[in-house]
Order: sequence, then C-alpha cells, then structure tokens
Amino acid sequence: MLDYRVLSAGDTALVVEFGNRIDRELSTAVLSLARGLDAERIAGIVETVPTFRSLMVHYEPLVLSASALTNLIHEQMQKLTTNEVVGHLWHLPVCYDPRFAIDLDEVANKTALSGSQIVERHSGPVYHVYMLGFLPGQAYMGEVPTELALDRLATPRTKIPAGSLAIAATMSCVFPLETPCGWHIIGRCPIPLWDSQRACSLLAPADRVLFVPVSAREYETLVTRAAQGVLKIEPVAEFAGAVA
Amino acid sequence: MTPALRILSPGLSTTVQDFGRPGFQRLGVSVGGALDSVALRAANSLVGNPPNTGALEAVYIGPSFAVDATDVRLSFVGADAAIEILADADASHGEPVSPMRSVRVRRGQIIRVGSLRNASTLYIAVEGGFDIEPVLGSVSTDGRARMGGWQGRALMAGDVLPLRCATATTRDEYRIDDLDLAARSRFRAVAGPQSDYFSEAEIERFFAGKYIVGAGSNRMGMRLEGPPIRHSRGFNIVSDAIATGAIQIPGNGQPIVLLADRQTTGGYPKIATVISADLPAIGRLPIGSKISFEPTTLEEAAAARQQLCAALENIDDRLVRLAPPPATVGSRLLECNLISGVHDAAA
Repeated sequence: MLDYRVLSAGDTALVVEFGNRIDRELSTAVLSLARGLDAERIAGIVETVPTFRSLMVHYEPLVLSASALTNLIHEQMQKLTTNEVVGHLWHLPVCYDPRFAIDLDEVANKTALSGSQIVERHSGPVYHVYMLGFLPGQAYMGEVPTELALDRLATPRTKIPAGSLAIAATMSCVFPLETPCGWHIIGRCPIPLWDSQRACSLLAPADRVLFVPVSAREYETLVTRAAQGVLKIEPVAEFAGAVA
Repeated sequence: MTPALRILSPGLSTTVQDFGRPGFQRLGVSVGGALDSVALRAANSLVGNPPNTGALEAVYIGPSFAVDATDVRLSFVGADAAIEILADADASHGEPVSPMRSVRVRRGQIIRVGSLRNASTLYIAVEGGFDIEPVLGSVSTDGRARMGGWQGRALMAGDVLPLRCATATTRDEYRIDDLDLAARSRFRAVAGPQSDYFSEAEIERFFAGKYIVGAGSNRMGMRLEGPPIRHSRGFNIVSDAIATGAIQIPGNGQPIVLLADRQTTGGYPKIATVISADLPAIGRLPIGSKISFEPTTLEEAAAARQQLCAALENIDDRLVRLAPPPATVGSRLLECNLISGVHDAAA
C-alpha cells in the first residue's frame, strides 16, 4: 500500500497526502480515495478536493470528528483499488495560429524549436487531467514534453482571453475565463470548458485529453457554433482503469 | 413595476453575498460568501429572513441607493457607519439610522451609508431578499469567475437590484443586542497542514509575532506585515487544496490568511489554519489592525464551533423590539386598510 499521511488543515478540513511530487501513481491514489469516500456518502463529509498528490476532505466537525474521519480514511485506504478510476477521453481542438499563440516566438527562442515543431510536440501526448483549480473548469493536464516545460514569463500579463492554452511548467492549461496569467500562451481552444449556469465543467479529474490542431478558419467556425449553442462536444471514449 | 433598490453610488466594493457555494471546489469553484457570516446572519434575522439569504456586503465605504418599491425593510449589521435616510435625491441631510437594527424605508427615499469604522464590512439585508437567481445554489458574487450575485461583479451606479417583496410586512422594528462584533486582536489557529516546512523555532516565532493587516488585503486574502517567517525547506510545494483560514507563507515570509474568495488550490506552504469559529471575526478586520495568533487544538476548535453555532441558532432571542415611531393618523389608517385589504382578498 502507498504511504500516506493525514494532515490537519484547520478544524473543518484535513489533507490525505501521498507525496510531494506530480506523479500519475500518486494521482491515481488521490482520485481512487476521492471516489471511494464520495461513494460512501459519509454524513459529515462536505466535499472532497483532489489535487496532484493529496486529497482535501472538507468536513463538518460537529457531525464527524477529525479522529472518526481519519479512521474512515484508514479503512478506505485498506480497500483502495486503483483500477476503478473512471474518466473520459476528449479530443480538444486547439488553434496554434500565432495570432492566438502570443508566446510562440518566445517559446521557440527558449526551446530552439520551430513553431511547427512546438505544435507537433505539444499536440503529441495524451494528457492526464490531474486536478481542477485556479478557475472554475480549469484543468491541470500533464505532462507536456520535457523540452516544452517552461517556467513563468518574467512579466505576467494582467489579462488573457478565455480559451487561452498555456504551458505551465510541466502542465498544460486552458483558461476557461479571461484572467491574469504569467504562463506562456501557445494557442486557443474554441470549446467552452465551463458553463456557470449549469455548473458544468467539461473536464474532470482523471479525464484524458488529446489536443487536436485546427486552422484559424476551423477555430472561427467552432467559436461561432459554440456561441450559437449548437456545438456539442462528446468524449471520444470512456475508460476505467489505473492512470497509465 | 418590479420592486428594486437602485444604486446611486456603489461605495468601494459592494457585493451580494450569502454563505457561499460549497460543494464545487473539485471543479475549481471558490466557496466565497460573506466575510463575516455572523453579521450577515444577524442582518437577516433582523428583517425576518432565513439565515442564508443574500444581502449586500459593503467594505470600507458604503453605498447609496434609492428605494424603488412601495416600501422595504432593511437592516444594517457590522461596522460602525454613518447611515442616513434622505427624503429624496435632492435632500442634503437625512434622518440618521443606527446600525444593528431594522428600519422601514419608503419609495423614493434614499439610503446613504458613509465610511465604515472599526470593521471592514457592513451587511445590509432586505426583507425577502433580492430576486436574483442562485448560481450553484448561492447568490454570492464570485468576481474572479464573474458569476453569482449581481452580474458576477461588484455593484455599479445605475444597477437596479430586483427585490422579492414589493412591500414590507407590517410589524415592529427590532435591534439586536449583545452581538459581539468588536475588533479582536488574537486569533486561534491549529498547526498545519505544512507546519513541517518550518522549524519549531519559526513556528514559535509565528505564534509570538505581532502582525499588521496590510493594504493589499482583499476578499481573497489578508496580507500580514510583521516578522518574516523562514521556510526550512523552500517555499515551493506542489499545489494542493486550501481551506478557508489557511495561513500561507510565500517566499517573502509575510503570512497571508486566505479568506472567503480564496482559490481552491495553491502552491505555498501553510503554517497553520485559523479555526472556523474565528473566521467571521478575522473576516471583518480592517486594514491596519494589529493581530497575533495563538495555537489551539482540534478539540478546542470543535468546542468553539459548537458554541458559535449554538449562539447563532438562538440569534433571534437577541432581537429587542423597538418602540414604534409616532405615526401620523394618515399612515396608520393606510396600514390598517392594507391589512384589511389582505384579509378581504384572502376571505
């Protein structure tokens, strides 16, 4: 069984921590535990929040004490099966055209790759959705190929448009809403990832994503259809199993 | 005409807030909600609303607004502030209203709230609440995600906020007694979740430290200025989830207490977490306040939460009826007629 520790995060939350690195094995454990606890519908658990390497459990201490919750977590860990992580595979269209990929030149300079090599490499792997955070519906997807893993820009931007696709160190993110951002922007996704009216995030932890390059013309068509509400995006596949 | 409050001047940043929208953090949705849930609850109690009804949260400088309804019942709970009711938009002076009470305001009258003193927040509740569609179960304003509240943003001059009630119910006004909203300087916190990123000596320094609430503070976080806390193994952690009240220590060592609008996840070590019973009191602290933290245990934190919850359960017991204002015969008759009209309609 994986090592883990239970840490206090105040009197209404605790953290089950599996390590301090971004790693698919740890992510599988986090997501499996979240799934296990959620399925039990335990009175006193308010919500679980999976992140890269730990699960936060928000609880009501007047219903469920920290020690009782810790015991439940130990029990859950005894029967943890990591092959029950369920997710969807999505093909997300992305336009890497320089008019959206505002940092493509910068990335090219820093990586000594051409624009088309950057696109080819970034759209190559199937990404794993580790977690959502920062903004509603914003997925942290990894990992980007090592040669593209770039730190923040020297000067963050006060505003980037919704749909911007960024390299965030070893992760890739599509920002569902306009936001300040310090990461390199290499494209834009026309698919709305967050619908606040319906409380709906397209992506969920454990999903997998393949970025599919589209032309500026295709991008515009998709944006128009999304605005008209006639764009339906369906997962390419559903899968169950360990996070490969 | 839809009954409404019409904003003439929004104040510094006035937003609609209730107790927030828990349950969606895994999707990246902040919990949000009132910085001072005790004051919000008291404000709702004064106007007879359910505890979690959305009210206006003013910070530092209050709004001015006009009543576009037959009449409304309002309450004001939180900071000390000069609150006036003006006869109309041309009036230069109005009738002062003390905070911590309900008041009935008629069509065309204007409510003017001045600068807030001794606290950063003032809650203005309206009987029946605002006619605003909840988003994810809450009418709280999430400014970063631009959702909830009024158009997902702080109020602006010209906004017209629809009300659920066209007229105030006929009843006496109340004030609320013994509600301790006084500024505190000591806040209880439990160590963790990343206290192992700090030496024992640094943790002691943190709990012994005197801090000042810095000017960069907002609904997301309270930036403290004081003795910097050194990390013993760097300040970059792999992003993990955040609880409200978490005290994170960024690279410069100056603590940030994460408040209602905090992000769901973040990447700095968190030395300790303010206990839930102390969150309303820290939420109302204004910039410039001097504060320190004292270590406590989960058992004590649970006891404090129990105590606060019990006090809030019985908050209606603290309402004290105010002597009715001397009414003119005309307005009395009008009220009586209205009441009999309702009876007739129901009969």
